[in-house]
Amino acid sequence: MASLLGSNTTLTSNPSYSFSQAPHNNAAAGSKEHSFYPYTDNGGSTLGITGNDFAIIAGDTRSTSGYSINTRYSPKVFRIGGDDETGEGAHIMLSVVGFAADGTALKERLNAIVKMYKYQHGKKMSVKACAQRLATILYGKRFFPYYVTAILGGLDEDGKGALYSYDPVGSYEREQCRAAGAAASLIMPFLDNQVNFKNQYLPGTGEGHDLQARQAEPLPRHQVEQLVRDAFTSATERHIEVGDGLQILVLTKEGVEEAFFHLKRD
Amino acid sequence: MNHLPQAWGRPRDDVYGPYDASYLQSSHPQTHTQQPIVTGTSVLAVKFKDGVVIAADNLASYGSLARFTDVKRLRPFNSRAIVGIGGDVSDMQYIDRLLNSLDIAENYSSEGHGLNARNLHTYLSKVMYKRRSDINPLWNQMLVAGLDGDDKPFLSSVDLLGTTFSSPTLATGFGAHLAQPLLRKVADDESQVSDVAREKAVEAVKECMKVLFYRDARSLDKYSIAVVTKEGGVELKEDEQLENQSWQFADTIRGYGRTQEV
Repeated sequence: MASLLGSNTTLTSNPSYSFSQAPHNNAAAGSKEHSFYPYTDNGGSTLGITGNDFAIIAGDTRSTSGYSINTRYSPKVFRIGGDDETGEGAHIMLSVVGFAADGTALKERLNAIVKMYKYQHGKKMSVKACAQRLATILYGKRFFPYYVTAILGGLDEDGKGALYSYDPVGSYEREQCRAAGAAASLIMPFLDNQVNFKNQYLPGTGEGHDLQARQAEPLPRHQVEQLVRDAFTSATERHIEVGDGLQILVLTKEGVEEAFFHLKRD
Repeated sequence: MNHLPQAWGRPRDDVYGPYDASYLQSSHPQTHTQQPIVTGTSVLAVKFKDGVVIAADNLASYGSLARFTDVKRLRPFNSRAIVGIGGDVSDMQYIDRLLNSLDIAENYSSEGHGLNARNLHTYLSKVMYKRRSDINPLWNQMLVAGLDGDDKPFLSSVDLLGTTFSSPTLATGFGAHLAQPLLRKVADDESQVSDVAREKAVEAVKECMKVLFYRDARSLDKYSIAVVTKEGGVELKEDEQLENQSWQFADTIRGYGRTQEV
């Protein structure tokens, strides 16, 4: 996302923030052209992990523009298909990170669709159907995209945790875990190692290629929650757009539980 | 199809020759606001125990020229909501007309209590997001202050991209850099709002207006300030003067070509 958001291609070869820092050298071309750019990046990060009978989606609550903090509490994780004010009765969760105005618009559209589905068909929309619908919504704006990375969470037909991750134009995939947003590149490798056990091998099973990889298995809920908190405290240390608060939604067959933890506000 | 995705869906160059892109341009490009012309600077607001205080100066600048010095940038909507507008002044006047027609429509169709500040903020955010999606933005950032449906203090922001956020203290433009850190000393967290008295909030906002006048070259010492409470409704004063200015610090400023003592 960093290099996509209105930045100068010649200047993005090095570690950079997700907003343009360098002065544009339009003057060199002899004329200065100014036009309206309809996107911005509001920073922040989100993360989702599934277990055997639950799905967790979390996001920090900081909203930024450039080096400024807009607010310390702006949720990025939402209940879908629940009561308007309380979110009561929701059976799907959605997180959106990137351009916050598009995120809000996308959330409201999906929420309306999931509710209309229930009124029209007399049953709740399955997470699988909702995931496909979200991809269609995103792809529908293929040529003026919602500039967000979405993660959708719920429980599948067998009651197992289901997580779908998206790109801004609707490519999607069901996964065990996914980090998105400003600190995705910091969190995702941690998740690869701690959730999917990448680069972990069983000691004493051989040398070189004979060494057996440790098989991934669904983690218990308390362990997943601890991973989420560790991921965000670490991301807060290393990324300036992440911090202030951590909002965690846990979906089980009983419904959605919400937890809030403070993160560093610097 | 070949292995070059960028060639897919286009007429083949080897068969039809290079594609004539000039057909893609219409003869009359439609033009929209590409930059603000006459502008207003910061708007500040703070929530307190039983309401919100909001302020903006009375200047409209034309570039670096202080063009109009009695422009009212706080727009009261009803007894529960007020909007503070920064950015392009002509777009502000358009928004003012929009709000007039919204108010009239609401009063004709009313089933009682009309719109509160939260409703007004939702309305404005939809307008702003629609306009940015049409690539025809209203070049403003606005703070909506007042009371929500439960008569609790409400404060929220919306800008030309349709981005919205709310916080116990908010400041637009230059104020986001200079005033917001000072205002956050008053209320950094939603939980602290209930401990902030009206006098403290008003004093903090006035102090910040002074700091802004010291350092923001597009600001003025004449300003408007409003307090919204359940009891008092919108108490708006539009012709205030900054008090107790002290330019003592100016003597200590170095740089900007004044590196040596005169």
